[in-house]
Amino acid sequence: MNLSNTKNLVEVNNLRVKFRTPDGFVTAVNDLNFTLAQGETLGIVGESGSGKSQTAFALMGLLAGNGVIEGEARFNEQNILTLNEKAMNRIRSKEIAMIFQDPMTSLNPYMKVGKQLMEVLMLHKGMSKAEAFEASVKMLDAVKMPEARKRMNMYPHEFSGGMRQRVMIAMALLCQPKLLIADEPTTALDVTVQAQILTLLNELKNDFNTSIIMITHDLGVVAGLCDKVLVMYAGQTMEYGTAEDVFYRPTHPYTQGLLKAIPRLDAEDEKLSTIPGNPPNLLHMPSGCPFQARCEFAKERCGDSMPALKEFAPGQLRACHKSVDGWVA
Amino acid sequence: MLTFIAKRILEAIPTLLILITVSFFLMHSAPGSPFSSERALPPEVLANINAKYHLDEPVINQYFYYLGGLLQGDLGPSFRYKDFTINELIGQSFPVSAEIGIWSFLVALIIGVGCGIIAALRQNSWLDYSVMGFANLGIVLPNFVLAPLCILFFSIYNQWLPPGGWNGGAWPYLVMPVIAMSTSYIAQIARITRGSMIETMHSNFIRTARAKGLPKYRIIFQHALRPAMLPVISYLGPAFVGIVTGSVIVDVYFGTGGIGQHFINGALNRDYSMVMGVTILVGTLTILFNAIVDILYAVIDPKIRY
Repeated sequence: MNLSNTKNLVEVNNLRVKFRTPDGFVTAVNDLNFTLAQGETLGIVGESGSGKSQTAFALMGLLAGNGVIEGEARFNEQNILTLNEKAMNRIRSKEIAMIFQDPMTSLNPYMKVGKQLMEVLMLHKGMSKAEAFEASVKMLDAVKMPEARKRMNMYPHEFSGGMRQRVMIAMALLCQPKLLIADEPTTALDVTVQAQILTLLNELKNDFNTSIIMITHDLGVVAGLCDKVLVMYAGQTMEYGTAEDVFYRPTHPYTQGLLKAIPRLDAEDEKLSTIPGNPPNLLHMPSGCPFQARCEFAKERCGDSMPALKEFAPGQLRACHKSVDGWVA
Repeated sequence: MLTFIAKRILEAIPTLLILITVSFFLMHSAPGSPFSSERALPPEVLANINAKYHLDEPVINQYFYYLGGLLQGDLGPSFRYKDFTINELIGQSFPVSAEIGIWSFLVALIIGVGCGIIAALRQNSWLDYSVMGFANLGIVLPNFVLAPLCILFFSIYNQWLPPGGWNGGAWPYLVMPVIAMSTSYIAQIARITRGSMIETMHSNFIRTARAKGLPKYRIIFQHALRPAMLPVISYLGPAFVGIVTGSVIVDVYFGTGGIGQHFINGALNRDYSMVMGVTILVGTLTILFNAIVDILYAVIDPKIRY
């Protein structure tokens, strides 16, 4: 599917990520497909263990040693999954950059922040130390770091969590990458700082025309930032469409459940709505739809076969046996 | 930092005083004396000797005599080597042990850290298993087995190296003592480095470094090595003291005349001042090198500031 007419920057086709374990293969990501145009933002939403972070690591070539990748991921029409380490290093940070979930541990605590920024520019842009220093200060200014010049000589432990995430974002944007993968960039931050970081990402996205893959379990983040949304569950795509469609016209029982579970201040019922049960164990996946055990609409056929991901309206895909309005005969 | 160093020196004084006091009284409470031998001396002669060394006075007096001498840097006369003071004996033997020790330390550090890093980066490969296999061998192989094997191989089967002696520390005389001294340290350092390196390479900031597109050698040497060295450094402090104060095995097998022999002989001969001398030496070095380790920690880890 292609929501825009521009050429796609990213095309992920049948991406599958498996891990070799003593108990056999665990499939963390199963037949994932999506496209992303320059300047677009895709939100990948799911619970812990749904495979969203592993998707990001697979794209960056940062999977754990026991990880196996199948399928292809085209970036600028080049399949980056088959690149060797050296070729991949020319893309990392320069073309595709990543922001991680935990800013407290993602910066090297033994190295000055300035040096950690500068080394990216010196590596990819061949800048001198002095040039890299000035460019880094500029980027820290761009992510609204107060007293950027002074901060260059400080160590990560002298920064708060929000400030560290700003450093991570600055670091990711130094080479003005075409694609930014943000793996739960606000999860470890408190709510006011979350809002600041999201506003910042939104501004930077417009300033640099960067495409973003935003991985999150927070639907509020998706609503504010994303053009498209992909809902994942147990490694499978449940629903995929424009943010507007998925938010205002969710059709998959899982997406509907997730949206219902967002706490509302204006709700009359004090009780928080939840989806009962837990995600299935990836080692012992049930046959059929992985969500069936928790789905209030589940019927017999949900246990028999996994519903295919089908386009049911222009630009809207879902994998569910239940039709948009009711059950298909 | 300077206040920290000054503080550590001030702290060292009571620590050393306690060490001296406890060792002194423990040693004197053990039965026997330097001059009690199987062939008993005539009582008059023994009395004369005891009087000369103040052994006829209460132990507490002897303690203060000893402390008085110590304040002037005098470790007292040897009770065994009649014409030598302890200062002379340690002054002769400690440089020998220190020379063997420093070389052994450098060899152990370079080979140990190198092997540890290689094993960590090739975790669970044949290289890792063979390096760690040798490391385990190095730990379980005692140096009283290794030393004669060295002599057998280097001096008897192949006349490559002199089987013993010191000759002012010429390098052919150094090789075997250094092998015997460093093997177990190489093994320990390799094991600690490997474990620590593996842990560091799995940390989040190394993942960030990889996401930056840094080549592997820069990730290892610029990002991983410093944090990975912290546990190694805390091991190195006490290890260095152990290594420069020598080993009786090395001294006995290679006849190097290092300080190691004095630890055993001093105790066997009830050479009170010798036992005190080596105790004070080891104690001082231990305090010194623990302080150096603390300073190194502050140099490596920016979160530690004194």
